Amino acid sequence: MTFRGKILSGTLIIGFFLGILFWGGFNWTLELTNTLTFCISCHEMRDNVYPEYQNTIHYSNRTGVRAECPDCHVPKEWIYKIKRKIEASRELYHKLVGTVDTPEKFEAYRLTMALSEWKRMKSVDSRECRNCHDYESMDFVEQGRRAVKAHSKGLEEGKTCIDCHKGIAHQLPAGWEEAAAKAGL
Amino acid sequence: MKKIILLVVLLAAVALNAEELKSLRGEHPLDSVPPPPEKKIWAKDGETIPRNYVQQPPLIPHKITGYQINLKYNKCLSCHGWKHYKESGATKISLTHFKDREGNELSDVSPRRYFCTQCHVPQANAKPLVENTFKPVDSIKE
Repeated sequence: MTFRGKILSGTLIIGFFLGILFWGGFNWTLELTNTLTFCISCHEMRDNVYPEYQNTIHYSNRTGVRAECPDCHVPKEWIYKIKRKIEASRELYHKLVGTVDTPEKFEAYRLTMALSEWKRMKSVDSRECRNCHDYESMDFVEQGRRAVKAHSKGLEEGKTCIDCHKGIAHQLPAGWEEAAAKAGL
Repeated sequence: MKKIILLVVLLAAVALNAEELKSLRGEHPLDSVPPPPEKKIWAKDGETIPRNYVQQPPLIPHKITGYQINLKYNKCLSCHGWKHYKESGATKISLTHFKDREGNELSDVSPRRYFCTQCHVPQANAKPLVENTFKPVDSIKE
């Protein structure tokens, strides 16, 4: 092997391992930001939405399966996840200027945030819900009287989860019905 | 001396009576922990529950765990409200709920009737603590 060849192969080998290291590091860091612990490390989430969520079935239930913040708010598939993560970087700006840094401000901004998340959910046919809940594996026989009726009707009308299931892990703000109807959600 | 005799008599009386004292929760001395009561499980979706007396607020024949009823939103009304009851097939709330305390008819639920669970309650497997022989009058029997 010539000297140039040695340098070339050396660079390739080193580059390969550095690549693994960087990529692993990047993914590891990304996953760190994809946890409930990370979400509630800011007081905006810890003091407002977290206590509400703790009273819901997605936090505590008979089977002990828990859906945490990123399970609903961050897509699982890589390309969509990265897209969502990039979009979410605007939250850094809002954290800096303190858009929702008091309970009052949070409440005032809640409808805007809710509408935007409902819109996202509807646009992807409630993809994140369906990671766990799927019509295919849903046994209507096991459901309650009201659920069977609503689900059969929803399936027939081609509705998506978020059309009806709003405010299941968070409290709903005043006037949301009118606002959602106006936005076509 | 008289006082001492009185005290002894009183103590004896208390001691004799002590065994007969019973509370609704059973006989459990304060220094021991009574067994926990039976776990209450909310009744699942069922048919309408008949009323027991005239003017009884109808009972809720389904689970309402996690339903938001506060200043911002009332989950019950999203099915039972006049705007939604036809679509949802739920019982609509009574027109009497539109009246405020001055007797004015409002266009929607009166604030004093807004908090449903003040009167309407879901059911659990809670047996009556004491025997009750109450029977509904014939006129409201279903």
